[in-house]
Amino acid sequence: MSDNDVAPLETAFGVDHHVSRAEVPERPAQDGGPDMVQLLNPEGERVAHPEHDAVVDGLSDEELRGFYRDLVLIRRFDTEATALQRQGELGLWASLLGQEAAQVGSGRALRPQDYAFPTYREHGVAWCRGVDPVNLLGMFRGVNHGGWDPNEKNFHLYTIIIGAQTLHATGYAMGVQRDGNVGTGDEERDTAVIAYFGDGATSQGDVSEALVFAGVNNSPVVFFCQNNQWAISEPNEKQTRAPLWHRARGFGFPGIRVDGNDVLAVYAVTKAALDAARSGQGPTFIEAFTYRMGAHTTSDDPSKYRVSAEVEVWKHRDPIERFRRWLTTTGRADPDFFDAVDGESDELGASVRQRCLSMPDPDGTAMFDHVFAERHPVMERERAEFETYHASFEAAR
Amino acid sequence: MAATTLAKGITSGLRASMEKDPKVVLLGEDIGKLGGVFRVTEGLQKDFGEDRVIDTPLAEAGILGTAIGMALRGYRPVVEIQFDGFVYPAFDHIVSQVAKLRARSLGYVTMPIVIRIPFGGGIGAVEHHSESNEAYFAHTAGLRVVVCSNAHDAHWMIQQAIETDDPVVFYEPKRRYWDKGEVGDVPDGPLGTARVLREGTDVTLLAYGPMVKTCLQAAQAADEEGRSLEVVDLRSLSPLDDEAILGSVEKTGRAVVVHEASTFLGMGAEISALVTERAFYHLEAPVLRVGGYNVPYPPSRLEEEFLPDLDRVLDAVDRSLAY
Ligand SMILES: Cc1ncc(C[n+]2csc(CCOP(=O)(O)OP(=O)(O)O)c2C)c(N)n1
Ligand SMILES: [Mg+2]
Repeated sequence: MSDNDVAPLETAFGVDHHVSRAEVPERPAQDGGPDMVQLLNPEGERVAHPEHDAVVDGLSDEELRGFYRDLVLIRRFDTEATALQRQGELGLWASLLGQEAAQVGSGRALRPQDYAFPTYREHGVAWCRGVDPVNLLGMFRGVNHGGWDPNEKNFHLYTIIIGAQTLHATGYAMGVQRDGNVGTGDEERDTAVIAYFGDGATSQGDVSEALVFAGVNNSPVVFFCQNNQWAISEPNEKQTRAPLWHRARGFGFPGIRVDGNDVLAVYAVTKAALDAARSGQGPTFIEAFTYRMGAHTTSDDPSKYRVSAEVEVWKHRDPIERFRRWLTTTGRADPDFFDAVDGESDELGASVRQRCLSMPDPDGTAMFDHVFAERHPVMERERAEFETYHASFEAAR
Repeated sequence: MAATTLAKGITSGLRASMEKDPKVVLLGEDIGKLGGVFRVTEGLQKDFGEDRVIDTPLAEAGILGTAIGMALRGYRPVVEIQFDGFVYPAFDHIVSQVAKLRARSLGYVTMPIVIRIPFGGGIGAVEHHSESNEAYFAHTAGLRVVVCSNAHDAHWMIQQAIETDDPVVFYEPKRRYWDKGEVGDVPDGPLGTARVLREGTDVTLLAYGPMVKTCLQAAQAADEEGRSLEVVDLRSLSPLDDEAILGSVEKTGRAVVVHEASTFLGMGAEISALVTERAFYHLEAPVLRVGGYNVPYPPSRLEEEFLPDLDRVLDAVDRSLAY
């Protein structure tokens, strides 16, 4: 085409007829719609899916029972943490109730060399990465701001600043590319990065910028958005007019919506996206359609802004219940197995509680530690003042 | 008016401004049905509608950027930043645009935006929920920075902030939100003025926001030991009320500045310089600062050791008097 050729407007500007302006629903239907990948319906029945059946069918019964165990234990941990907050042992807790399958399904799709960037709610992913759950309590108890070495399990620190970690994940993935750890075909070398974020986070500029950088660089990063329908008191429609998974299209890579309460579907979809990333095919945006069953955090009171009928609808889509039914009806697990998991979960609850209570308060001077690589005069003076001042009370006693 | 909490003082102030001026609009995260995480905007969306109390998408840069556009269109946006540590995504718009547009347009354009920020610690919160970032904004010419410390000022100062054509960063001491006080019928002086809350003769305590109460308690305790402390509530950090500060320090000859923010390059440094440069011969002792340490705000289990309290204020008073 020469410079003088004038293309018809529509092609010149690529008018996208996919979304018509009229389609702005009052309160978007919360059933995920026909595009949502689902392998296990809420009744616990397997739904065939040509693209993903093979992966799921290839899972051993032991692996499948392992998913169930993860789901139950992480819920138990979460329940214990909520109780600890109620009893004043934690300052705050952000519950993952309802989002177990989204986290376990995606977390179990990761390989050891992959790297995960969480928000503050990814207790289930942390669990899958092998982070000691008690370490997750530290920042909520107020004894530290992090509490684990991110490089030990390739699980970054919780990030409270909404959306920021999506850029960090993308940059990490750009590093992976430069290290030549993409597309070598070596299963233990090729590396993917996964960034977790919420539906509310998609509004942040940082998240759009992460999608831009990842797209432009074709980076090995999976954007895993847990759409739990709420950002504190604001429902989805305050954040977006189009389904979130559509967003990827504008950044030049695939987007997909998966039933976030279906551990099998989440596993299959995430595995496919991670495989694509590792093999050099670039990013994927996954919208895990799920629901925040509890309050935003223990400080929140959802009765102010949402109706209980909505919560009831989602109760019927519980991620654990449907999986348990499927394991039972297909004979993959028996009552003994379920009893054993229940027993293990009680033990976990008790040990988490006991270890939380025995978590020591840090010494005051800890606030001066690790702020800079080396000590410097201003901080040395302030630390000395701090110590002298507190020593004066000891002396007065 | 009956006693009310500091938070409700702001609510009633917002309500009064919204009733008076239809151009006043509120923007923020969760400020509608929920009424904000501190319930400061409670009931306002119900009474003024969704066009005037806007639950925005979760994006601070977006909130400030669109507030600028609304201001250009003649509105007076009052923006709520959910917590102090969440203002930074909007920092660019605040310092590069909001603060500068008046000067760049030779005064043809005004930016009557109020940026409300619940700030400070002492509530046992997790990271990013306890910061005192006032010095960043006070350092930026073109922004007014004010801080209320009680229900009366909260009620009146928010209205004054909305009425001024300058952009105002309006700090609210979140740990004092539930403190009750009387709200009088008229404001105590215009925006930009400090206020002497307790007269004294030995040492001047200069404070703002959450530390005002701490200083008043310290003055009470000192009084029992026969020491007379004057407490000045600065109320405005930019501009500073030079006259009020110097007037008090010239009288007592001693000054202690108290704030939660790190003393390193904090407001205390500016005030200390001001007093030293302009009232040197009245001073009996160097200006002392009591504040946070030059470290990130610590985990909540350590915050009591980070935050100035009555003992640390009195300790500084002793050191000042020892000169
Ligand atoms: C930059 C920033 N602004 C505001 C907040 C306060 N905040 C914490 S969580 C949250 C809602 C997040 O919603 P979403 O992204 O959907 O995640 P969810 O909590 O539902 O998992 C908000 C507004 C924050 N942490 N960071
Ligand atoms: Mg959400």
